[in-house]
Amino acid sequence: MKHTNQMDGNSPRKSICRLRKGVPARRLAGNRTQVAKGPSMWYAVPALVLFGVFAVVPLIGVVVLSLMNWDGLGAITWNGLGNWKRMLSDPLVFNGLKLTLVLTVVSWLLQTVMSVLLGVFMAGSQRYRAVLAVFFFLPLLFSSTAVAISFKNLLDPQYGIGKAFGLPWLQQNFLGNPKTALWVLILVVSWCFIPLHSLLYQGAVRQIPTSLYEAAKIDGAGEMRQFFSITLPQLKYTFATDSTLMIVGSLTYFDLVYVMTGGGPANSTRILPLDMYIRGFSSYDMGGASVVGVVILVLGIVVSQLLNKLSGTDKMESQMEGV
Amino acid sequence: MITIGHKRYNVIGGLLGWLWLLVVVVPIYYIVVTSLRDQMEIFNDNPLSIPRHVTFSAYQRVFQNDFLLYVRNSIIVTVATVVLILAVTIPAAYLIVRRVDAWSRRAYKLIVAGLAIPMQATIVPIYYIIVKIGLYDTLWALILPSAAFVIPITVMILVNFLRDIPSSLFEAMEVDGASEFSIMWRLAIPMVKPALITVSIYDALNVWNGFLFPLILTQSANNRVIPLSLWQFQGQFTVDVPGILAAVVISVLPILVAYVVGRRQMVAGLTAGFTK
Repeated sequence: MKHTNQMDGNSPRKSICRLRKGVPARRLAGNRTQVAKGPSMWYAVPALVLFGVFAVVPLIGVVVLSLMNWDGLGAITWNGLGNWKRMLSDPLVFNGLKLTLVLTVVSWLLQTVMSVLLGVFMAGSQRYRAVLAVFFFLPLLFSSTAVAISFKNLLDPQYGIGKAFGLPWLQQNFLGNPKTALWVLILVVSWCFIPLHSLLYQGAVRQIPTSLYEAAKIDGAGEMRQFFSITLPQLKYTFATDSTLMIVGSLTYFDLVYVMTGGGPANSTRILPLDMYIRGFSSYDMGGASVVGVVILVLGIVVSQLLNKLSGTDKMESQMEGV
Repeated sequence: MITIGHKRYNVIGGLLGWLWLLVVVVPIYYIVVTSLRDQMEIFNDNPLSIPRHVTFSAYQRVFQNDFLLYVRNSIIVTVATVVLILAVTIPAAYLIVRRVDAWSRRAYKLIVAGLAIPMQATIVPIYYIIVKIGLYDTLWALILPSAAFVIPITVMILVNFLRDIPSSLFEAMEVDGASEFSIMWRLAIPMVKPALITVSIYDALNVWNGFLFPLILTQSANNRVIPLSLWQFQGQFTVDVPGILAAVVISVLPILVAYVVGRRQMVAGLTAGFTK
């Protein structure tokens, strides 16, 4: 994002500097109060209150509740590090962590490769590409719940799409098999989000100066060479921003997984957000759920800070996906 | 747009483009044809064939299940959330841009810090707060946290746009003796109208499609919104596959209409925060 200093306050400040020579201090002071002038702080209060109550307080609250016992209804009692000890020796938490990492890394790889290629493709000026692009975005119109329910039916061995091709291999119960369920989820997640990311890459490709390609052509660089030496390096910043978005977002994929598999079969898709939900809202162990919540938060903050450092730019802002 | 440089024959890109078209269109085609198929025929017919007897009975069954109530709830929640977000973020963004002091900078930093935090990890305390303030199982329970969660991105986008307004325009209105409120109302808001549309679309899609908050913060059918009702149908209809997919189609229709009418704004809204 841009952080240009077009702020209104700049111009009065400049005029102070110009006035400084031989102007009485009193005038300066008068000018300075003018600088601080502006709308009253009340303008920000409603936003800060809303953000405070439903974002800042919950952030502190999740840490506090991780030290408590609570079943979601009754009294909250102090438990110290009890929940933490219990969670850190629970194989399901580590299972969730492992699954979350696999989901995050594999879907990041798959989505990035596809999005870059599709983004480059859509950035071309041919008319048919623009027409195809209109269809490419259709998955974005579906809610995660709608996608999850659709694919659950579409993948059913009885009446799903596998039957259409007459291949027995396609008629497996992919979602009911612990070996395949997570991979199916990764594909469905990619189906949902590749359109968004390819859109971002498309925009970035269009901003690459044409002169770079012209120069490359004069130097006799072929198409492949142009792609690897010009297009890819020029997409560096988009890559950093977009990867943060994908990775932080994938820490919170909940809707899709919950509706499609509910964490099963045999916990093979019980990623961390799902583990948190099941503990809190099915097993009524809010303390344990809060511990998992803190783990997700820390992961998200660490990952986005790391990516921020790696990309070496604070131009980058990430955002969360979903909710 | 100067894109002559990209105008070339690209075999790999072309193949991939057509392949991706299939990947996108075939599942959507399956959803639509299955929703039009007779309930008995789904087990026998080829799932991609055109239904022998096109029937809208699945849609009828969906509407008989109070679906209109859920649509109404979703509309209320979405509109109320967007109105609330705009009402709180416009003045806040205006203050951040117009008032250059430590406090406004602090407020901005606090809000923007929320961008990189996976807020969904805080559902347990959110549930606690909603229960404590007595809003559990009301539409307000969905509106307030949904609005709070998109404040960071909304404020960031609005601030970026407000900063592009030339300061001479503000000064001109100040000289005329306009109050801050009227400068905001008559200058700032009209100038950033495209940004307001963009953030409204982004925020509205988030709320309209949101599943987690309805799942943990509402309970009764009276306060059910569309995504949750889809999930309920899935459990309740089980074998009525056309019915379930008809509900999916109905849930997407309003957004599809919006996409057809204002594709440009939709795309801007979807990628809000990345492109300007």
